[in-house]
Amino acid sequence: MEEKHTIIITVANHVGVLARISGLLASRGYNIESVIGAPTENPDIYKINLVVIGTEERIEQVTKQLNKLVDTIKIIDISHKKNYIVREFILIKVNAAKNRSEIFQLIEVFRAKIVDVTQNHITIDLSGPPRKVERFIQLLKPFGIKEFVRSGEVAVSET
Amino acid sequence: MNGAEVLIDALKKEGVDLMFGYPGGAVIPIFDVLYREDKMKFILTRHEQGATHAADGYARATGKVGVCLVTSGPGATNTITGIVTAKLDSVPIIVISGQVRTDYIGSDAFQETDMTGLTRSVCKHNYLVQKVDELPRIIKEAFHIARSGRPGPVSIDFPVDVSNAKVKSYSYPETVDLPGYKPTLNGNPRQVQKLARSINRAKKPLLYTGGGIISSDASKELQKLLQKTNIPIVVTLMGLGSVPYDNRLFLGMPGMHGTHAANYALMECDLLIAVGARFDDRITGNKHTFAKNAKIAHIDIDPSEIGKNVKTDIPIVGDAKNLLSDLLAEVNPRKPDGWNNTTEEWKKKYPLKYIQPEDGEILPQYVIDRISQIADSDTIIVTDVGQHQMWSALFYQHKKPRSFLSSGGLGTMGYGLPAAMGAAMAFPDRMVVSISGDGSIQMNIQELATCAINKIPVKIAVLNNSYLGMVRQWQDLFWEKRYSSTCLKRGPDCPKDCRGPRKECPQLYLPDFVKVAEANGLKGLRAVKPTEVDSVLEEGLKVEGPALMEFMVRKVENVYPMVPAGKSINEILSGEE
Repeated sequence: MEEKHTIIITVANHVGVLARISGLLASRGYNIESVIGAPTENPDIYKINLVVIGTEERIEQVTKQLNKLVDTIKIIDISHKKNYIVREFILIKVNAAKNRSEIFQLIEVFRAKIVDVTQNHITIDLSGPPRKVERFIQLLKPFGIKEFVRSGEVAVSET
Repeated sequence: MNGAEVLIDALKKEGVDLMFGYPGGAVIPIFDVLYREDKMKFILTRHEQGATHAADGYARATGKVGVCLVTSGPGATNTITGIVTAKLDSVPIIVISGQVRTDYIGSDAFQETDMTGLTRSVCKHNYLVQKVDELPRIIKEAFHIARSGRPGPVSIDFPVDVSNAKVKSYSYPETVDLPGYKPTLNGNPRQVQKLARSINRAKKPLLYTGGGIISSDASKELQKLLQKTNIPIVVTLMGLGSVPYDNRLFLGMPGMHGTHAANYALMECDLLIAVGARFDDRITGNKHTFAKNAKIAHIDIDPSEIGKNVKTDIPIVGDAKNLLSDLLAEVNPRKPDGWNNTTEEWKKKYPLKYIQPEDGEILPQYVIDRISQIADSDTIIVTDVGQHQMWSALFYQHKKPRSFLSSGGLGTMGYGLPAAMGAAMAFPDRMVVSISGDGSIQMNIQELATCAINKIPVKIAVLNNSYLGMVRQWQDLFWEKRYSSTCLKRGPDCPKDCRGPRKECPQLYLPDFVKVAEANGLKGLRAVKPTEVDSVLEEGLKVEGPALMEFMVRKVENVYPMVPAGKSINEILSGEE
């Protein structure tokens, strides 16, 4: 069964390391849903948060291939692990020529933030668990979403 | 010292005393160091692809890292086929390419190419040296990565300003610090015990071994295991020589052009013990029926190979040599039994055979057979890719490891001659025979001159059937003899719908290989009749320098046994249907 897998890859912070990871995924025929890479508290270490879709076997193969890269230090598929805090960030622009109060209500319920308001639309920022972000998008859809950008998922272990 | 001097010194510290390559603008500083260097031999090939395959041949024959040095841009891109060839067969080579000045990188400068980008998916690891201070560490790491774990090619891209840059101080590191790279060498003892128990219980165990046995120099351990357990064994193209051909347990090569005995054993066994082999599609045929009665144990140093192509019941990650020793200690002795008899009966019932008529066309199998009989047991055989490669695998009597060099994974035509040069440079006292087809030999034929001028005594046997024989064989068997673009004699006057040799076929074959050999300073010989095969071989192999022997063989001979692609490996065509 195909499902979404969130994978955290810890790599050595070398030039081109993100290209190695994404290149490997492309060359082996995997589609990346989202990818974020950034340095960590240790400047020699870089963390990549990756979301790919595939069967259990395919994902196992992809993690093995990623592990083989010389720069890969550690790799965890957190999809079935409970002790991880996963967050996603979104900026979303909604039509708000009418129904403004309803949108405001949603914003309040979701504890989102308004970052810009014009005559015709409102721009909102929200961060939270991916499911919350997804739900927020669904609820805003009837008002007319003009545009949104999602950061992709980032995760950290509780321990 | 400058970067170029550091590079050469570091290479010497890694034990390199021979390189292959080709100069160019971006590597002149390095070649300038070589100009005054006594302890580093350099072979100037005629093409960078030749240099890469030569380094590969050297590496396969010796087990050491082969090194080649080329310039930026076209020099670098010409090495790509050689790098992929080495990658797919897990061969340790290092390709050092020049690069434009660091401040020009990304500007489409003259002879600039993004070598790290190009090689990323086809090498084990790659480097762009950005500062001269990084160089010693990079060289140290590159050699470590190339030769350890599952070996493979490493590319080092070296900008010209870095080779000119002065270093303040230079010391070569003794250790590497690669937190992300620690190959597992020792297998999990519990898994080994589990495998030993499975072997003790199995009624029809079968060993299936590949190039991993050669890479980890585990032939001795494997043979000891065979002696103790009497388990029949099939050996892939990449592993040929790790078990001598005359071992009773040896059933031959499995797969598409495997023997009946090997393929039947794979289909019948109840425990399949794969060691250093990767269940390639040329071995498994239809994956769903492959070894369907068997529990599968897989020993491999590369965890990503386990479970990649077939489901594994007993996975063991580790070095073949260590694991075979561990297994030897754990497993019970086993006497030959009914299963052994069955496999031996298959061997007897379906021997590899050919019938060479005394007057008539020369059969390619006969030439290989005669080479096998005439050459001594130390001979290194190198092949190109195609029919002659399969006949060499099947009809040559393989006796020793690292003595059959062939491009298995990538199937690179043009591999043979330059790889043979590399092997001959590594072992000046051993006979090196490069067996080739008339198609393959032309893909790196420029290296004939390299052989002659450097006195590299490679003996080249060209089986000339005037066809790209392996593709023609597929067209014959599966495409109703529509020999599209596989005839090397075909000219503008030929009929569009040619389906094979006829009386009206052009007589002229180009090039004349004997003349090509002679023009390049090699002894050139040709056999047209079966009775001439021995005399040509005896004369050609005896020549002091390199020689080219051309054998005009039957044009439409096919390689059998053959399993059509995607079929179960017991659906074997034997050519007598």
